[in-house]
Amino acid sequence: MDLKRRQFVATAASAAAAGCGARLAPGLRFFSKDEARTIDAWTECLIPADDMPGASQAQVIRYIDLQLTRRFKKLQEPYRRAAEAIKETARRAHGKPFADLPIEQQSALLAAIDKGEGDKSIWGNDGGKAAFDMVLNHTMQGFFGNPRHGGNRDFVSWRMLGVPPLPVRGRLHYSFGEKS
Amino acid sequence: MALNKVDAVVVGAGAAGPIIAKELAVAGYHVVLLERGKFYQPSDCRKDDLYNQRTNILGNSSGPDSEGEPRVFVDERGRERVVLPWEGGYNNNASCVGGGTFSYGAMAWRFHPLDFTMKSKYGAIKDSTLDDWPITYDDLEPYYEKAEWEIGVSGDDSNNPFKGARKRPLPMPPVGPPSKEHKLLDAAARKIGLHPFDIPMLRNSVPYNGRPACMRCRWCVGFACEVDAKCGTQNTVLRTALQTGNLELRTECMTREVMVDDKGRATGVKYYDENWRLQEQPASVVVVSCSAIESPRLLLNSKSKLFPQGLGNRHDWVGRNLQGHAYTGALGLFEEDLYDDLGPGASIAICDYNHGNPGLAGGAMLANEFIRLPIQAIGARPPGTARWGKDFKDFMRRNYRRTVAVQGPTQEIPIWDARVEVDPAVKDKWGIPVARLSGSRHEHTFEIGVAMSLKAEAWLKAAGAIQTWRRTGGRGLSGGQHQAGTVRMGKDPKTSAVDENCRVHESDNVYVVDASVHVTNGGFNPVLTIMALAYRAGGHIARQMKGGRA
Repeated sequence: MDLKRRQFVATAASAAAAGCGARLAPGLRFFSKDEARTIDAWTECLIPADDMPGASQAQVIRYIDLQLTRRFKKLQEPYRRAAEAIKETARRAHGKPFADLPIEQQSALLAAIDKGEGDKSIWGNDGGKAAFDMVLNHTMQGFFGNPRHGGNRDFVSWRMLGVPPLPVRGRLHYSFGEKS
Repeated sequence: MALNKVDAVVVGAGAAGPIIAKELAVAGYHVVLLERGKFYQPSDCRKDDLYNQRTNILGNSSGPDSEGEPRVFVDERGRERVVLPWEGGYNNNASCVGGGTFSYGAMAWRFHPLDFTMKSKYGAIKDSTLDDWPITYDDLEPYYEKAEWEIGVSGDDSNNPFKGARKRPLPMPPVGPPSKEHKLLDAAARKIGLHPFDIPMLRNSVPYNGRPACMRCRWCVGFACEVDAKCGTQNTVLRTALQTGNLELRTECMTREVMVDDKGRATGVKYYDENWRLQEQPASVVVVSCSAIESPRLLLNSKSKLFPQGLGNRHDWVGRNLQGHAYTGALGLFEEDLYDDLGPGASIAICDYNHGNPGLAGGAMLANEFIRLPIQAIGARPPGTARWGKDFKDFMRRNYRRTVAVQGPTQEIPIWDARVEVDPAVKDKWGIPVARLSGSRHEHTFEIGVAMSLKAEAWLKAAGAIQTWRRTGGRGLSGGQHQAGTVRMGKDPKTSAVDENCRVHESDNVYVVDASVHVTNGGFNPVLTIMALAYRAGGHIARQMKGGRA
């Protein structure tokens, strides 16, 4: 898993070198490179890879990024703040960026804000609860939803659950005989 | 400038409007049918788990889906907020030709005979406006049959001893073959003395009415049917009506008000056409069929000399008694894999608990659930299990295909303060005051729900579930896709808004025909009752016109 994440980040880095916007993460529309890396690691804690892909490989980050320019426009600022807050939480606890921590340490930090026990000077009065629920909901949508919205790449979650992918469209154009 | 006068203008092309339009058009009358939404086709079907009428995280695929159509929602603590069509609290149904029938799950229930006589059966209930309907099951029976045959229903309720008498069987057999889940629940129900049967559904199980049979995919409730096997008003009665040449369907037309003269007679409607130009459509008869939130909104926005508080609202009954259904039931985990990807999923039901529950005024039909798409299955976990992380993922992997849900629409006890008003400040994109929703559920509705969830749990246990957990409805305001009750039907103009023919009291030529007129909403999905009422009212209006009385 670590290898895969490093690959993702490496691909992102080389694409950036190829001349995308300075701050914007390559292939994304809203997140900066640094924010994308942080939120990507966050989503991976929520649905981690094992022998089947997790949120990172399902490209949940692409789903969130795309929707932040569409239906979730109002959540742009909350996402910026959440990425900043989890980074600051990691820096104070471990002296490192959140995305560089091992998943156990990342998960422990997230478990605290899930319970609303994040540092109030960083997260505000709810201890990070609202930010946690926001990322959790969107991670589920990006992982289990339809691939057309950017996540659930290659139907990874549906394959994991054992449900078939979408049938081919256009059956309406064929004539139907008697019931077979 | 006014358009040419027609015999009737029908506002709203949902479950009821096209039926009225068809009854009148076939009888030779000229009808204009106004619909604020679009006319979608089966080819517009988009099997999108996040963008549909049931899971509308990214929007409503059959409308409304614009920020210009807000509502105001007031919660139990009196806090109000503006809500958009895809947000909680909006209580959305749909806005398109066919309305909810374009994308529904399509259960085709006749109400139980006792659902029409709730007050006589159970007596008055404290803090409730519970009452009898002014009509009985027997009055509606011929029209239920007409809906079943004209619009098309499959299923087999011959093993349901609790149903009201039917003169004719359903026109189509059940969608088959049964799923693993169906067979398991069927055997278990019989084992514990229940009476399971195949749910009547407005869905072709065989080619019918020139359309094909269901192909059994899992994108059913909330989605347009890709093969047009679901039977809505848009692909049945509307086609018949258009073929007469007497009906003009105008889509993307938003009605602003019903115009009423000094004597209380309607002269027509004012509406914004697809280019947002204000039009006047004069008509001899006006039929309002916009569902239980938008119908009272239109009436309340139609003020006149005789009705300064809104059309039909002289005694404050318009917008009262908003009710829907509290869905309650249980989920069970099983040892074996029960998922066979055979849609629509819901197939087997019992009516053993609709009435006759000791200490309860009503009950619910219980049925297995439609296939839970992966995104919908996230919430189908026992309380206390992990919401995220490895444990969550493991649970989903292990149990998605082994979880079965049984649930039903709990009979709601109507209350006066669950209501639709028009907001004094917020307007929609046409400048029309929007609906303002407030109130909560009656305590007894909650009690019935708890009892029903225990029954559902017992059924799952009998089927061999290794773990079960219950779902009981909330106490918040109920409306949603089963919204009803807000323009009550009754004999007394002081305690109702329309008469037994759906005509507004004290107005000769205005009718409200949709679930708004339901006095109570049964322990069943309401659509077939809406359709039956529309056939009945449509026939009545046609006879009135023939006699020159409308």
